[in-house]
Amino acid sequence: MKYLLPACCLLCFALGLPALADAPAKNTVEIHDFKFAPGTLTVHVGDSVTWINRDQTPHTVADADKTFRSAALDTDDKFTHAYTKTGTYKYFCTMHPQMTGTVTVLP
Amino acid sequence: MQNDNQPTRREALKCMSAWAGTGLLWSLVGGIPKAFAAGDAAGEAAMKAAGGTFSFAQVSDTHIGFNKQANPEPLKTLGEAILRINAARPGFVLHTGDISHLSKPEEFDTAAEALKGLTAPVHYVPGEHDTLDEGGGKLFLERYGKGTKGNGWYSFDDHGVHFVALVNVFNLAPGREANLGADQIKWLEDDLTAVSTSTPVVVFTHIPLWTVYQPWGWGTDDGAQAIALLKKFGSVTVLNGHIHQVIQKVEGNITFHTARATAYPQPAPGAAANPGPMVVPPEKLRSYLGVTTVAAAQGVPSLKLNDSTLEGA
Ligand SMILES: [Cu+2]
Repeated sequence: MKYLLPACCLLCFALGLPALADAPAKNTVEIHDFKFAPGTLTVHVGDSVTWINRDQTPHTVADADKTFRSAALDTDDKFTHAYTKTGTYKYFCTMHPQMTGTVTVLP
Repeated sequence: MQNDNQPTRREALKCMSAWAGTGLLWSLVGGIPKAFAAGDAAGEAAMKAAGGTFSFAQVSDTHIGFNKQANPEPLKTLGEAILRINAARPGFVLHTGDISHLSKPEEFDTAAEALKGLTAPVHYVPGEHDTLDEGGGKLFLERYGKGTKGNGWYSFDDHGVHFVALVNVFNLAPGREANLGADQIKWLEDDLTAVSTSTPVVVFTHIPLWTVYQPWGWGTDDGAQAIALLKKFGSVTVLNGHIHQVIQKVEGNITFHTARATAYPQPAPGAAANPGPMVVPPEKLRSYLGVTTVAAAQGVPSLKLNDSTLEGA
């Protein structure tokens, strides 16, 4: 794994892409314009997903089956949840329930 | 997300034109509702002749704790709104929710301290911003829910008008609009059985009972069930907040009216990428914020709604 990083960085430089350090972290969902992006995310058992609110309005992240709910996330606030079982999990914002997303957890 | 169900921009505009217009004076004479423009001398005279006039005010979306560019000083603009309301000498004030921005104890404290400046008593319903504490609305209910049913719904009578406070910001479900819930609708049905159909009814709740704009969730899923229970009354006024702008719709005997916020404006339905706070030039801000006053004449089931901005305060 270690030796892959320099190769990737070289590719980034070659394509004029931002350096790796600026790229969005793995398993991160950005909240922007009252939408979860990406709206669907696939992770593996034990992975954590982090949501970051980029809107000027607070949002929440709540599991549709009520297994977890974040506090209100104001601008730039983050919330992290670890998924420990395989399955497809729907979540939404309890303040703006038209905002929904899905996390698929693979073995 | 039901993207395939979203109305086109053109449909949205068509919908908007039906909602245009405010400052409507309406009256019920001989069981037939009549609407006429505010300023109609004959209508105003009829109201005055009936005697026993009284008024109340609506303040909404004070969002104490908000600190973004759209209005860094919502406490200051609330103070200006309070001065406006006191000057109108209302019998009481309805606060249609989003008292706080993040349901923090100190936000509720600051809001309560500021709202003590109102000379008239205040009746509250919560907004979704008032349910963000760990208890999911516990702080609001501890403070304002005494003597109410369920998650804070109640009714009272004043000057021959029946007032109903509905709560539609709890138990919101993914992909849906706001909801009242079966228990509250059953309670409403029971509450209204004791009210004569000639009694004017005022319903106030945070999120519009009627779908103003579905893609932004500006509506109540089971609002139609509540509206069905209200249709038999000769005069019904539904007052909402949540959308931080004045939009009015008249359907039969029912007038639906949303109030301006005192904290910050939001865009017209579909006019921006999202319904979040709308940043306007600071010198224009107060023309987007305001309060609503409602005048009524006892014995004549008519209400006169008047929206005023904080401009020139
Ligand atoms: Cu949200």
